Order: sequence, then C-alpha cells, then structure tokens
Amino acid sequence: MEVTFVLQDGTSHTVEAEDGWKLMEVAVDNAIPGIDGDCGGEAACATCHVFVPPEWRAATGERTEPERGMLTSTFGVREDSRLSCQIRTSEALDGLVVEVVGS
Amino acid sequence: MTIALSRDTELAAEQAEACERIYAMPLEELNPGNPDHYPTGDMNFIFERLRAEDPVHFTPDEHSGDLGHYWSLTKWEDIQAADTNHELFSAEGIVTLNRPLTADEAAAPFNDGTMTPEEKEAIRARGTRSLLSMDPPDHEVHRGAVSEGVSPANLAAMEPLIRERAGEILDSLPIGEEFDFVDKVSVELTAMTLATLFDYPQEKRRQLTRWSNISTSEPGPGMPAETQEEKNAARREFFVAMSDIIERRRAEPARMDFLSLMALSPHSQNYTQSELVGDLGVLLVGGNDTTRNTISGSIYLLDRNPEENAKLRANPKLIPSMVSETIRWQTPLTHMARRATRDVEIKGKVIPKGDRVVMWYVSGNRDEDKVENGAAYIIDRKNPRQHLSFGFGIHRCLGNKLAELQLRVIWEEMLARFPEINVIGEPERSHSRFIKGYETMTVVIPRRN
Repeated sequence: MEVTFVLQDGTSHTVEAEDGWKLMEVAVDNAIPGIDGDCGGEAACATCHVFVPPEWRAATGERTEPERGMLTSTFGVREDSRLSCQIRTSEALDGLVVEVVGS
Repeated sequence: MTIALSRDTELAAEQAEACERIYAMPLEELNPGNPDHYPTGDMNFIFERLRAEDPVHFTPDEHSGDLGHYWSLTKWEDIQAADTNHELFSAEGIVTLNRPLTADEAAAPFNDGTMTPEEKEAIRARGTRSLLSMDPPDHEVHRGAVSEGVSPANLAAMEPLIRERAGEILDSLPIGEEFDFVDKVSVELTAMTLATLFDYPQEKRRQLTRWSNISTSEPGPGMPAETQEEKNAARREFFVAMSDIIERRRAEPARMDFLSLMALSPHSQNYTQSELVGDLGVLLVGGNDTTRNTISGSIYLLDRNPEENAKLRANPKLIPSMVSETIRWQTPLTHMARRATRDVEIKGKVIPKGDRVVMWYVSGNRDEDKVENGAAYIIDRKNPRQHLSFGFGIHRCLGNKLAELQLRVIWEEMLARFPEINVIGEPERSHSRFIKGYETMTVVIPRRN
C-alpha cells in the first residue's frame, strides 16, 4: 500500500507502507519532515499532527481518548486534525493522503 | 595537563566513595529530594539504585528533610504513564516537590502590608494555581490564553532576531582569556529572548532573570535571595510589575507577547491574582533556567566528550541531534510533581489517595530499559528526540520548539566562529532538587576561525 504526506510547502512524499503500523512510524521511517514522534506513539506529545481530508475521515476512524486530550493543548488544531500515531495502516488506507501540520 | 588529570582522579575517587555510601544506606532513608545530592551528581547513584531495587519509592516524613513524605517514580514507563493520566495524577495546586509554604510566604506577592492572617491562610490553603498546576478544563483556558506566544509562526518570525543577538553576543566575547560562559552567553541570550516573549524593556531584562532565579531557589547565603524576606519582596515586586503591565496592555492593540495575550484574553478578567502570577511565573521560569542550563550543559558535555565534539565539528548537520541529546542528558528540570486522586497501585506498591508523586525525569532519562547506555553522552544516538525532559501529556513543555531553536542557532553561530571552546576546571552547579544547572562555568576560547 502507498500513503502520501503533503508538507506545508506543498511538496508531497509518497511512500510504501505495510499493514499494522502506526502512520507516525511510517512517516518517521521515511524521514518525513514535521513528524517527530517524540513520545514513541502514545498520543502524549503531538509531534505527529496531520490533517486528514474528509474523504479519508471514515477509513481513518475517530480520535482516541488520549488523542482528544492532547489535541486540546496543541497548536493549529482543526476539525480534521489527527495525531498520526493513533492511525493504524491497513489496506483500507491504500492511497491515503494527509497534510503534515509541522511543529 | 597534569593538574587536570589529578583533578579527574580526585573526582573519580569522590564519586566512588559517594556510590559506595549510597548503596550502603537503608532504602527507606533515600531522599532523592535532598538538594545536596545535585551539585555533586550523587543523585545519579540514588536513582540508579532505586530503578534497580525500589522503582516506586516512598520517602517517609522522618527521612524527607523538611519536604514531608512523598513518592518517587524512577522508571521511564511509570513516569510516562503518570504524566499522561491527569485523572489519576492531578496537577491541581502542585508543580514541584517543595516544603509546605507558610501563610506569610504564600501570600507574599499579594500582600500590600494590610493583609490579615485569615486572608493569608486562605491564599495558602488554595495552593498555587497556574497553567502548569491545573487540571482540565481550567488548564486549557489558561494554556490556550498564552500559547500563541510560542506558536510555530511566531517562532519563525523570532529566529532572525535570535540569530542576530547570538552573533552580537559571540562577537563581543574575549579571545584567549578566561570568562564565565553562563553569565556572558547562556543568561544573556535567554534573558533577551524572555524580554521579547514578555515584550518587556530589553534594558531591564536581567530583572526577569533575577525574579526567576529567586522564585526557584531557597533563600540562603550565596543564593539569589539571601533571606526569606528578600525572596518575599522580590515575588511581590514581580507581581506588582506584571499586574501593572497587564492593566496597561488591556487598553493597547493586540500583540503576540505573553503579557498582551494574557491581558486581551477574554478569560483573564476572571483570573484570581494568584492564577495571574502563577501563569506568569511558569512562563518566566520556563523561559529562563531551562534553555540557559542546556546551553551551558552543551558546552560542558562537548568539552568532556572530545569524540562527540569531533563528530559535531566534522558534521554540523548533527546539531539538532546534539541538541536533543543534551536536553536528555542535562534534564534541566529534574522533575514535576502530582497528587494521587485515589489509591493507585504501581509495581506492587499502593500510593494512597492525596499523596504527592514525583516524576523524576532525570532518572527516567537514564533508564536502561528505554535508553541504551543512558549515562553516556552520544550526540548521534538512535532516537535522540525520545527523552522525558519536556514531559508528556497535556502539560508537555509549551516552549520546547523555542528551546530547540535557541540551542540550534547559538551552535550554528558558535561553529561558524570558534574552532574550540575549553572549559576550565569544574563548573559551579546549582544547589537545587528542581533546576539542574550551572551557576558559573569558566571557559577560554583560544582563537577565532
């Protein structure tokens, strides 16, 4: 499967991903700028903040409980904000495009 | 060279003695909150032992000095779990591990000389409330009111200013003679940034440093405040100065500094005096000691680890990684404290409801189960950003990106100017259980590039 990270400067990076990983881990493994994953994927640092377009909303699921708490203390949060460590890769997400908020 | 070597041998002997002494003590007597352990580095042995033998540690009243009983979390996983569970570990009215304040001390900032004992006691009983010592939902209101001051956009706008100041500071340093790096560089740069963040007059920037230094230290000879009276007076001075500026900024156009943001926040009209000074105190300390001591720490660590220094100078792309590794190794704030909201069991120990729980970041950052070879300073280690120094969860450091920015910029400018910076002797370390830092550090810069 493939996922695409669009950066704030408009450039996009399409990378290969395997099933069952955190989307944040896919980004970190591919050195996507603006995704740091400082806390190791526990929704505790908000350094993997992305915007998910409406068409991918259902497939990526709802915000988790710790993610909701963390997003109350994060810069630039919008309705489509997610922490990418709380999104699991699967075939259903093949072709996913997210916008990296950066920090 | 001979002198340096014999000093190193002497240090090694002192450390071996401290290690032996700490391992010989009965566990229940270990009091990691004793500030005497920090200038010597003894706390590293205490935490090493606790992580292995008693990772969730209770210090009873009789062994706590004047702190009163408290619990210590020393393993990474327990610290992270507590930091991210504000329902079980409340921050209401508590930031750090401290002795209980007297009513006079608690009321000092607000006391114009006419307060009754009952009024003072009411202030003490409420505890210090601030964006760092509140739970949701108040926490979001207070943090949200000022967070824009260090937003990514605001930081991008500040970078050229910080770079220009860093350059001017470095160009004014003496070459070939000893000077105090802490005062001339670390304090100077961070005080300028702090004055910008508060939009406070630059010529009075060292007042901010002084207020911060006093607020985080116990008074005593050689300390920032010599007596409790001096400390109380300084805290009152800070409160009066800040309240005055906030009042004036309520009538001024919106700007991005912390004081304007707070003045114009629709919520701040309802803040208590204690909350106002609490929030500003957190922003003051957050922007002062932390970055300052990490800058000084990087100078010390690179001097004492010549191989790491060589790596950095051969490859300046390692600056961001070196910055993160320094923040981990230094852990400029050793801990944060919380209060258990109900009985909670961790690793077989039951922490009773209401007890204080200290999350020792300085210990978790060296937990070998999480950080391989944690005592070593390795600027190109794997995952250098994974450290506890900024905390995790809703209270995570608000200014972490600004801290990293200042560290990165000062090092880019130093590498461009100086082929070496040598630390002379041992620096004077802070006598504090909370601020892990350096009071003075003598260095020599032999020549420019």
